[in-house]
Amino acid sequence: MGVWQSYRLRLKRRRWRIRAFRKRREMRALASRTSRIKPGDILLFCTLRNEHIRLPYFLKYYREMGVNHFLFVDNGSTDGSGDYLAQQEDCSVWHTDASYKKSRFGVDWLNWLQMRYAHGHWCLTVDPDEFLVYPFCDTRPLRALTDWLDASSIKSFAAMLLDMYPKGRIDEQPYRMGQDPIEIANWFDAGNYVISKNHNFGNLWIQGGPRARVFFPDKPAKAPALNKIPLVKWHRSYVYASSTHMLLPRGLNLVYDEWGGEKASGVLLHSKFLDTFAVKAAEELTRNQHYSASVEYKAYAASLQDNPELWCKWSEKYINWRQLEILGLMSKGNWA
Amino acid sequence: MLVHTALGRAEQVARHWAASGCPVVIHVDKSVPKKTHDSFVAALSDLPDVKFCARHRCEWGTWGIVAGSQSASELMLEKFPQVRHVYLASGSCLPLRPVQELIDYLTDRPRTDFIESATTADVPWTVGGLDRERFTLRFPFSWKKRRYLFDRYVNFQRKIGYRRRIPRGIVPHMGSQWWCLTRQTLSAILQDPERETYDRYFRKVWIPDESYFQTLARQYSTNIESRSLTLSKFDFQGKPHIFYDDHLQLLRRSDCFVARKIWPHADRLYQVFLTDAAGAMKRTEPNPGKIDRIFAKAVERRTRGRPGLYMQSRFPNYGWENGMTSGPYSVFQGFSDLFEDFEPWLAKATGARVHGHLFAPKRVEFAGGEAVMNGALSDSAPIRDYVPAAFLTNLVWSTRGERQCFQMAPRDAQDIAQFIAKDPNAQISVISGAWSVPLFKSNRNFADIRKEAAKLQKIENDFLDIMRSPNTKARVRIWTMAEFIEAPMEPLQTIIDEIGHRALRRLSEVPKMADLTGFGQFLQNLKNQGMHPYLMGDFPVTRDTGQQPGNPRKPYLVK
Repeated sequence: MGVWQSYRLRLKRRRWRIRAFRKRREMRALASRTSRIKPGDILLFCTLRNEHIRLPYFLKYYREMGVNHFLFVDNGSTDGSGDYLAQQEDCSVWHTDASYKKSRFGVDWLNWLQMRYAHGHWCLTVDPDEFLVYPFCDTRPLRALTDWLDASSIKSFAAMLLDMYPKGRIDEQPYRMGQDPIEIANWFDAGNYVISKNHNFGNLWIQGGPRARVFFPDKPAKAPALNKIPLVKWHRSYVYASSTHMLLPRGLNLVYDEWGGEKASGVLLHSKFLDTFAVKAAEELTRNQHYSASVEYKAYAASLQDNPELWCKWSEKYINWRQLEILGLMSKGNWA
Repeated sequence: MLVHTALGRAEQVARHWAASGCPVVIHVDKSVPKKTHDSFVAALSDLPDVKFCARHRCEWGTWGIVAGSQSASELMLEKFPQVRHVYLASGSCLPLRPVQELIDYLTDRPRTDFIESATTADVPWTVGGLDRERFTLRFPFSWKKRRYLFDRYVNFQRKIGYRRRIPRGIVPHMGSQWWCLTRQTLSAILQDPERETYDRYFRKVWIPDESYFQTLARQYSTNIESRSLTLSKFDFQGKPHIFYDDHLQLLRRSDCFVARKIWPHADRLYQVFLTDAAGAMKRTEPNPGKIDRIFAKAVERRTRGRPGLYMQSRFPNYGWENGMTSGPYSVFQGFSDLFEDFEPWLAKATGARVHGHLFAPKRVEFAGGEAVMNGALSDSAPIRDYVPAAFLTNLVWSTRGERQCFQMAPRDAQDIAQFIAKDPNAQISVISGAWSVPLFKSNRNFADIRKEAAKLQKIENDFLDIMRSPNTKARVRIWTMAEFIEAPMEPLQTIIDEIGHRALRRLSEVPKMADLTGFGQFLQNLKNQGMHPYLMGDFPVTRDTGQQPGNPRKPYLVK
């Protein structure tokens, strides 16, 4: 990489940090328990809107995994998500009614909170419908992973988004509060992902899965990105560049091996496709607050009307992380 | 016992040793804060046989660790005259077998020193290319904190040809830093009149804790057993693998006395091996090889990876794939044009999965006309053409264990040609010019046919150029159509044998060749129109005129 490009990325990072700093005013603390964060705690950051129904299970899942403190940005929820979270002893909640789009899809808000509270912590950034699976997650807590990453001098951990969907119509089985969404949406596409390298930021760009297969069969280039780097040993000078797809400085995006080996990686089970999805898609379409003029949601709305079935004959039923590792969707790397 | 973190665990382990009658001397890293250190000392103050020695600052790869071991050893030899063997352990070591077993084991071997010690030339352990040079260069900069300076300084010394003089009489040896030495050997090392010289030398050696005792023990020991009693596995970067609760069964079967390193939060391991003597005793049949395999596999996965896999944490640069695809597959060009039932015939003859034209322009022709294939691959042509190589590698990866065969033609998307040509897993068989048979059979205007033929001939010619390029690593066979129909069985037999799913036997059934009556004339007509078809080889017009008119040629059969 040339000096010039390196300098431009540095400027970009600074711009985003300033932007995050300015956006801090858009947020108002509903409950701030950040003084309880102890050194070495694992933090979880999340932006959400009207996700109350998912939250009890979400909190349970990550508490059991070993997350010590949750930091939420509630973007104008009207279903009581904010109040529910404010009552939780291990949550800090900020409220904002500002534009999701203008905060670069929540990234600016979280960048600010991370700059402020995550320095020196392992920090997990996920959406309320994303569930992290990492090697040995059934027998080892998240701290075992972060300790190992620390010992190996690894600062960021990749976990690609794996779209989960139910067999049958998406709205066939209603989701109950507190239920594991993977009980309903327990199928996935095992091997139809394409990867290219983003030479500017050094990250991989992964597309494919059921969304490319069903919603974008004619223009796969428009299919959403699935690469994510949700777990980072944060330093206050880091920024997420675009969602959690990539970061700056760009060394953090080098979560893949280029010389034939496999680095350790996980998977984010994406439980978006539940019965709640149709309502959400319709709402997001009118709000027009999503990436690239909500092109994704437009495609969903069009396809969902006639045939909301993502399942196909070659879908795989989810069992556990070992299955994902055998299928080559994630890897143990040299963690044994 | 050398400790620096997780003092609570270290305390547990120290108590365990002491409870079995082993005196313990603890060296606490000087960088541990005084308060933590003091409370640690206080916590162990009830045990008379646990002593603390002078503290040194221990940074990985530096002299401090050796200095700590020296002080601790001196104190041990001085305070506990009954001690015959001294075992160097760390705070994250965990005794797996009852301590009494270790005591008995050592009692049976009163003169043996257990220390892994090998000359640098003979072992491949070292990481980072520094083996012999650890002993001949100087390393004043920390590898962990000042990597840049470290590397620069090493390069600088190499460039100017700097070499340290190794003290007379010693031959550098290396090995695991966890040893068990007899009083005789250890005291000889510590009381050597030349110790000053050796210490000064080893102070500037890189990672002296892996070479100081290992080298000097060779001077004095009468009976070295070059292995460590501590089970310790290293990964490709030379840092120890960590044991977790889920390794319990593995450790039980390991047959080793002590394991490291244990994750401090592995509650179950500590509980089982430290408190529950019966549980630790209840060992199943020892199978130490299993641990070796698991960790060797982890290193292999990290350095070589799974061939043909492209994923979020494995995206090899060109040439580093260790297999561009995960298994062999076959590509046939022209066969399904020349033979009417080639695909079902091939499937029957080989047992492989035979697809149609995977790269057909309209849609992917999966075997059986399926809309989705293994791995939920879509038959959408735009998705396939988005990254054709990924489409193919995905297909081969998702069908591991089953050979894939597919058809190509100049009518298909050609982007994949470069990729398959470079892939050693590809078996590519081409009957050049066979694309003209469907044209010959078609009911189209001759002007259109001529245009189409010119286009296809050009495309196939480009394809053949790629296949014949010196960079091609695939197994490529090319016949002209004329050549092939001369004796079709031989090439078919060769291809089938190479696919080799079934027992080798002669083909009993052959695919039905298209009726080529009048084909020579067809080619001549193309020539007459100014379009010279050359890829199909030499087809004399007379070849089929020689046959009886009205007597259609029989399907080709050869025994």
